[in-house]
Amino acid sequence: MSDQNSHEHPSVATYLKIAVILTVVTAVEVALYYVPEFGLLAPTLLVLSAAKFALVVMFYMHLKPDNKLFTNIFWPPLLLATGVILALMALLGNW
Amino acid sequence: MSTAATAHYTSTGLDTRKIAFWAFIGSECLLFGSLIATYLSYEGKSVVGPYPGEILDIPLTSISTFVLLMSSLAMVLALDGVTKGDNKQARIWLATTVLFGAIFLGFQAYEFQHFVHNGLTLSTNLFGSTFFVLTGCHGLHVLGGVIWLSSLLIQSYRNKLGPDKAMTVEIAGLYWHFVDVVWIVIFTVVYLIQRG
Repeated sequence: MSDQNSHEHPSVATYLKIAVILTVVTAVEVALYYVPEFGLLAPTLLVLSAAKFALVVMFYMHLKPDNKLFTNIFWPPLLLATGVILALMALLGNW
Repeated sequence: MSTAATAHYTSTGLDTRKIAFWAFIGSECLLFGSLIATYLSYEGKSVVGPYPGEILDIPLTSISTFVLLMSSLAMVLALDGVTKGDNKQARIWLATTVLFGAIFLGFQAYEFQHFVHNGLTLSTNLFGSTFFVLTGCHGLHVLGGVIWLSSLLIQSYRNKLGPDKAMTVEIAGLYWHFVDVVWIVIFTVVYLIQRG
């Protein structure tokens, strides 16, 4: 039987680059928090947070090089959870 | 032990433990999704203080967030060591991951103690109830991860964590990184985007 598990993991250099990006993005997020009267704070922070989330999932959790079945197992409940958050906020009128 | 007993392959050629673990992570998405939904739905609706803006410590939590992010880097370096059969590398980075996880828990324990000292408990207001349940549930997951990774570290010291155990370490890593990504979301929606 072929071993579908033996995918190519990212290199140590890639892991380090991702760590640097995560650190810089987090620093930017915290800096934005202290910018007074920054009108687009919430959407900007959500986009940056989603980018960090995607980087960890794709490279540290190996979803990018791994078998697509794992991606297909992960995304539906993630989308459902996001839908639950949006639906409950809408139902309780707390946008 | 025979290969069949250790490999756990399915007709897809994928490891059953890894498939099951991704399904578990999917269920965890729903758990944390519902807790985050509850927090956001009641955010800004507390009728008595302390309110988030009065009590959340952004500099302190930024440091603990950085520590947890770096623990994920340590975890992938530990997996890299196990995969290559480099026991020393695996040991150093597993120990680093455990240490960073413990430091994160220390920050959280300090934060909780500080909040209680300032009058915010589970029953003070809606913010206290939803905040402690959400971050406490995440903290318990971190604690579970620290215990799990500590057991792997002990196995490493007993020279029982060779390349044949790479999948075991990878699955533990999946759990650890998931705990990390959940915190990425919590840090943003609870700490940085405050609406009340």
